[in-house]
Parts: sequence; C-alpha cells; structure tokens
Amino acid sequence: MANKQKDEVQFGEQLTSRGQFLRSALTSGPGIFWVVFFLLVPLVSIAVISFLSRGMYGEIQRPFTLENFKRFIGFGLFGYDPLYPLIVLRSLVLGAATTILCVLGGLPLAFFIGAMPVRFKNMALTLVLIPFWTNLLIRTYAWQILLAPENPLAKLLVLLHLSSPGEPLYPSAFAIYIGMVCDYLPFLVMPLYASVEKIDWSIAEAAMDLGADGWRVFWHAVLPQVVPGLVAGIILVFIPAMGQFVIPDLLGGAKTVMLGNAIQQQFLQSRDWPFGSAITFLAMTLVMLSLWLYARSAGEKGGDIL
Amino acid sequence: MASNSTAIEVEHLVRRFGDIEALSDVSVTIRKGEFFSLLGPSGCGKTTLLRIIGGLDIPDGGVVRIGGVDAREIVAHKRPVNTVFQSYALFPHMNVSDNIAFGLRMKKVPKPEIQERVKRVMNLVEITSLGDRKPAQLSGGQKQRVALARAVVNEPQVLLLDEPLGALDLKLRKQLQVELLSLQRRLGITFVYVTHDQEEALVMSDRIAVMRAGKIVQMGESESLYEHPQTRYVSQFLGSCNILDATVKQRGTTDAIVDTPAGQLRVEYGLNPPNVAKSDKFTLAIRPEKVTLCGIAEGSGENRIKVRVEELLYVGSETHYLLRAGPQKLTAQAMNVKVGSQGFDIGQEAVAYLPAAGLLLLDD
Amino acid sequence: MRRLTLPLWLISGFLYAFMYAPIVVVIVFSFNSARHGGPWMGFTTEWYAKLLDSPDKITATNNTVILAVVSTIVSTVLGTMLGYGMSRYRFPGKRMFSWLMYIPVVIPDIVMAVAMLSFYALLRDWLGLFQLGMTTMIIAHITFQIPFVAIVVRSRMVGMDPAIEEAAHDLGASTWQTFWNVTFPLMIPGVLAGAMLAITLSLDDFVVSFFTTGPGATTLPILIYSSVKRGITPDINALSTLIVLASVAGVIGATLLQRPHRQAGGG
Repeated sequence: MANKQKDEVQFGEQLTSRGQFLRSALTSGPGIFWVVFFLLVPLVSIAVISFLSRGMYGEIQRPFTLENFKRFIGFGLFGYDPLYPLIVLRSLVLGAATTILCVLGGLPLAFFIGAMPVRFKNMALTLVLIPFWTNLLIRTYAWQILLAPENPLAKLLVLLHLSSPGEPLYPSAFAIYIGMVCDYLPFLVMPLYASVEKIDWSIAEAAMDLGADGWRVFWHAVLPQVVPGLVAGIILVFIPAMGQFVIPDLLGGAKTVMLGNAIQQQFLQSRDWPFGSAITFLAMTLVMLSLWLYARSAGEKGGDIL
Repeated sequence: MASNSTAIEVEHLVRRFGDIEALSDVSVTIRKGEFFSLLGPSGCGKTTLLRIIGGLDIPDGGVVRIGGVDAREIVAHKRPVNTVFQSYALFPHMNVSDNIAFGLRMKKVPKPEIQERVKRVMNLVEITSLGDRKPAQLSGGQKQRVALARAVVNEPQVLLLDEPLGALDLKLRKQLQVELLSLQRRLGITFVYVTHDQEEALVMSDRIAVMRAGKIVQMGESESLYEHPQTRYVSQFLGSCNILDATVKQRGTTDAIVDTPAGQLRVEYGLNPPNVAKSDKFTLAIRPEKVTLCGIAEGSGENRIKVRVEELLYVGSETHYLLRAGPQKLTAQAMNVKVGSQGFDIGQEAVAYLPAAGLLLLDD
Repeated sequence: MRRLTLPLWLISGFLYAFMYAPIVVVIVFSFNSARHGGPWMGFTTEWYAKLLDSPDKITATNNTVILAVVSTIVSTVLGTMLGYGMSRYRFPGKRMFSWLMYIPVVIPDIVMAVAMLSFYALLRDWLGLFQLGMTTMIIAHITFQIPFVAIVVRSRMVGMDPAIEEAAHDLGASTWQTFWNVTFPLMIPGVLAGAMLAITLSLDDFVVSFFTTGPGATTLPILIYSSVKRGITPDINALSTLIVLASVAGVIGATLLQRPHRQAGGG
C-alpha cells in the first residue's frame, strides 16, 4: 500500500516508518537480542542436537540420525521396550491429575477469599501469597519429614487403616501427588481469585429470582464468569506440573520417573545429550501442542496469562 | 487568501482509516477570535479534524494552515495551538499547579513568570485553592477547569476543545458553558469546539459547521443555521422539526402552493428560491415552536389546518402538543405565557396555524 | 456462594492447613535437637548458631544475593525498555516476538535449563568462553526474567490513557521531555512490580541454576537440594526457616507498599 511509507502520529509524536524502526531498535532491540540469542537459539539448538549422535565420551557428533527418536518410541538395542512412552503417559497423567485436584481445591478456596469480609480479605489473600512466593524446594522436601514413618501423620494414617505399618508413605506416587497439589494450589488460586473478584453477582441473583437452585445458579451464572481466571490457572499448573523434576525427584522413587527426571538423567548422569535433547524436544512439542489446543478452543475468550 | 483575520484554514482535507474515509475533502476557514463549533454525531469526523489541526494526527491529503503557515512546517509540539482533551488527560503524578505550569516549563519560561501566570489563570478559572491537590482528588468539574487552565496559560493562538463538557452532568454542563463562553470573550482566543450536543453548539458558538460522514454539510452562524437549514439532516440534528412530504402544485417567484398529507399550504421562500418545479416532490419542514395552536373558532384561512390533540407534554415553561391532521402527525410547542390554564386537552379539536414564512423547503 | 457457609470454612481451613503443613514442619524441626531428623527430641537453637560458622552456607547466601540483585537490575532495565518499545513502536516480526516472550512463562523450567546448558557447551567449544559458573547462571536468570518484566511493564503501558502523552506533546514537550516528565513517572509502579517479580523468580529458581552453574557457584536452593539428597539435617531446616521468613517479610512488605496506591486509585 502506498500510505505505508507515510508518517504517523502516535501518542502525540510524529514518526516516519524509519523513525519507528529506529526507536524500536533502541528500546526493544537489546531485550529482543538477548532473548533470541540466549533462549530462542538454545531451544532451536536442542532441536538440532536431538538429530545428532552421541560419541564415545558423551560428546555430540554427526551423523544426523533419527535413532534418538526411535529409541524414545521404544525401539532400542534390546528389542521393544515402552519405557519412554510410559514416562510421557505418566507425566501427562500427573499433570492432568494435579490440575484437576488443584481446580477442585482452588474453587472453594477462591470463593472463600472472595466471600471474606473486607477487613480479613487481604489477610486471607496474603496467606495464599506466602506459599506462592515461598521456595518450592523447601515446601517439597518438608513432605519427606511430614510423611516419615516416625512422625504423627504417618502414624495417624496407619491408625485409620489408610496405610499399612510396613509400607512407607514415601518415596511413592502418593507422595508425589501430595507434593504436587500442595505446591501448585496457590498457582491456581491466584488467577482464579482475580476472576472471582470481578464476578457480577447480579446475574446470579437474577438466576436465583428466576427460581434456579444453588448448583444450577453456580453452574450457569457464576462459573462461566470465572472461566478466564480458571483457564489461566490451569495453564500455570498443568504445564510446569507436566515437566516437574524436583518433586518426583525428592518424593518419588525409581518407579515414578517423569519426563523432567528422564531429561535430567540423560543430561547429567548418562551424558547422552542427543537423546536428552530428543526427550526435551518432544516435551516442548507436547507443551506447544497443549497451548495450541487451548488457544484454538478458547479463541478470543482466553485472557492474558499474567 | 490568508488574511489577517484568519486563524486556521483547512483545505481539501482527507483522512482515511483503512477503508473508512473519516474526512473526505473538508475545507473550512476559521476566523480569529471566533467561537467555532464542529457539530455532528459520533464518527462523523469532527474529532479527527480537531486532532489534525492540533498535530495529533496526519491527513492523507490536503493542507492545514495555522496563522497562514502550513502546519506541515511546524513540528507538532511547537504549534501555537493547545488542546483540552475529552478525558482531560491531566498528569496524574503532578499536582494542579504543576499540571498548569507544564507547558511554560517546557518552553523554559523564567520561574517567577511561570508562578505569576499560573496564579493568574487559576484565579481566572476559579481554582485558586486547589493548587496542591492531585488530579485524583478533584471532582469532574474541577478537573475540567484544570485542563482548561493548563491549555489557556500558554496563551495559544487557537484553543482546541474536544467535547470538554461531555463527561459532566447536565447542571454543571450548563454552568460551565456560560463560564467557557465568557472566558473566550475575555481572552479573545479562537476556540474550536467539538461537540455532539446541538444545544451546546447553539448556545456557545459564533459559527457552527455541521458534519456528517466525513463532510461538512452546512456551515454558518448559529441563528441562520437554525432558521434556514438546507437539508433534512441539519433540520433534524439542530433542534427538532416537523417533516411533511409535499408536492408542488403551483410555483410563484417568492412563494409556492404545495399539497401535503395535512392539506394545502402556501410556502414563502423569500430570498433563496428553491430549485423546484410543478409536480416535484420534496420535503417540507417547520419548527414546532413556529406552529401556533388556536381554537376551532379561528379555523378558516390560509395555512390553517384542523387537528386533534393526541397527547400533551407539560414541561413547565411550555407545553408540547402532539397533533394529528388526517394521516399527518405534527408537533407544536406553546410558551405558557398567560397566567392560569389556557391549554388544550387531549382529544380536543383545534386549529394549527403554519405560517408561510416558517415553512422550509429541504434537500434530503 | 457469596456466603461463608460451614462447609466452605471447613474445606478452606483444611486447604490452608495443607498448604502450611510443610512450612510449619520445617520451622518446627529447625528447633528439634535430634541430630538426624526423626521424632521430636526437645527444643534447641543450636542449629541456627551452627549456620553462622558454616562457610559453605554463607557463600551460598552471598551467591544467591549477588545472582538475584545483578540479574534483576539487568533484566529490569532491558525488560522495561522492551516493554515500553513493544507498547509504543512497530517493527517487523513484532507479532511473532510477542508470542516468543511467553516462552519462559509457559515452558517447563527443565526445558529452558537444558537448552541453555547445551548452548553454553556449544559456545564453549567454539569460543572457549562461557565456562559454567556465576556468569552463566546470571545470564540464564536474566534470560527468563526479561520477558516477565517486559510483560508486566507492557500491560501497564497499554492501560495508560494515550491522551496523557498527547497532552504533553500538545503543551510543547519534546519526545525526550515527554518521556522523562510524564511517561516514565507513570511507568514506575509497573517497573517496580516487574522488578519484584524478577527478583522473586531468581531467588526461587532451582532448576535453571542447577543446570547452568559450575564449581564454586552454589546458591541456596542448590545447597538445600544437594543436602536433602543426602538426608535432611536440622541445620538445613534452620536455613530454610530463615528463607521462609524472608519470603513472608517480602510478601507482607509488598502488600503494604501497594496499599496506598490502591486506595488512591479507588477514590
């Protein structure tokens, strides 16, 4: 178009398109350069490395190969072994289950804070913010103490016949789930609560006047209004939960290896970076896929994540 | 062209946003010291025109001259014009005095002079005691005054006002209209005033340009615009008007006889004979206050129509009657000048007198 | 739904207890005189005293603070410029880059961590630079902080009335004058919020630090992780307690800082 070259006035300031570019370069330039060079290029290089081979001493070398992906699907040196597909499945289940449990807990908690009288609301909110900002590592390893057989919680569970005396509570899948929900609950509550505060309650009251009972009012008149916050919360929980490495590492055992642990093993222990890169590349693809699915289903409705 | 009495000349201005032409070939000359209003519904291009004059937007074609100088040669922030924004756009982190002093500080005016001028302007708009407040602590009317003071203190050649009273309630609006007008008279600054409120434009302006879909449809002094609208659009937008579909029956040099659904009427067109011939169909209009309602006894004669009162609205100083003459509906407004009741009742038969000089022939 | 019913109280109470159980247990056990975790053996403060004469913990604290402060300063400057630029000016590929900015927000830490680890290795092979250590860790933190700061600053800029800057130009301010007298003062709350977020992310980070650090550059989270892998000791609980208290102070401080702004905005 001819008028693309035309000057423009933005925020009271007249700029040529050359000026636009110059200003961009001076303001956004350094940040863009940094993020592209130190983040985008590394992510792309991971994708490239995943097609390379491992040398004798763990070095990365040619030829280009699909071997890593074949091995990932399960066709290794010793016949078919679905180890990694199972890890993916386990991670997806862990991510999904954590998300569902956090939603089930987060909904009442967010509405509880929303219903607090103004004087105590800030306190109730701060009480969620503190675990939100407290180091995840600390909150995770603490469960090792809490679930230790000699401490009261384990004894209580035995007393209630919820666990047997000989069987330790951790390392176990149970411990991982406890740790996951405990760590990620605040991440779901925060954005959800922001939506709860914006609810137009007159809609619920109107539904009430029209004779709808409590659950139907909640389902049809209240829940739809908190969808943006709920979606933001779900993204903030599901994706990091799926890639978690610390929590399964500290609370799980050999039987509960997740994607994050598999990546860590390849990079730091086996020193097979090409294969580790392949796992990382697939994890990345999985994340992008879930985000794409979300973006497609949410369309314009989805709010900003932050 | 640019005489000493011209403040702003706009020639063949065009502005497009994508496929929409916000301004199409607009030309207007604004005189020094006048109160000039741009009137029109939202989206008619009036704000775009104002922003181009103020240097906040650039036209796709045409020229703007400020004080005879092509505006393209003046960097936007050096133009001798100042704007009062619809949202006031006060700087939220500065107090009232600093807001008002901003323009002078940017021009490196000496400090004592700044203080002096800020104080004078604050007195002028009656906000003397608010100097230390932050904008968040001001009422709507006070913010308005600060925005005005912040612009006026720079003594611009032209002050541009974008619906400055739009966010205020009716009572405050009326009060500030009067104050704004007297301020303009005292300072002698040219005001270009954008509004969608026809009454506001009529009350305040020396001249009005009525805009529609990116064009100026009619321009003139308030009174002539009201009394002699050229189009149906202007007659409806500026005040209200009875509209009748008419057919010319007989055409004279200064008048014509026309047929309308309400009956036969004589129209005096006086100085501007319209371009109509016999049998032409056109629009006839008359202002409600020009319609006189009288008793059935005075029922015969020229331009007198038998009507029935269908509804009446008593608004204190006057009464509005909704009338019906056959298929034609009419509105009449009568000032309640006499003491005691003198009106007509719903359902009553009466006679409406439509004076020949009050009838207008309009383009659609 | 809007009322505080008994079931809502009970559920919420349970969830609060659930979230606080680990925090409380760490604090309690930091006063336990038992040497190897285990059940309660009596009250003591000796583990706190012990912290003061364990050089590795003091070094780790120093490293953590240096890492957080340096990375936050750099990322706040670059992120603020980026957020401002993206809200104001156009450049080719801007749409794509605004998607790219969300990568650190949505991607699992470990993906970012190993990507940086391999990239540093490649650079090291070619250039001999980027030995793993404090510098590589600082660069890595800046990398994930910049987008967070930029997103916060940009959302603040987008919420600003464009007429305010127009008014400044209209009143005769040049671009430079407008920026320093009007735009920047209005950006400050957004910049501070971005910086707060950046420093918290840095202090909390374990995964990225773990992968991008080198010998001698241990941070508190890395120290805690490697200690815990060997078995929880009471002095680690004492250290964690201090970190928790610092977080609590930070959260409460931030809440108090924001309060007057909120009241002014609401009026």
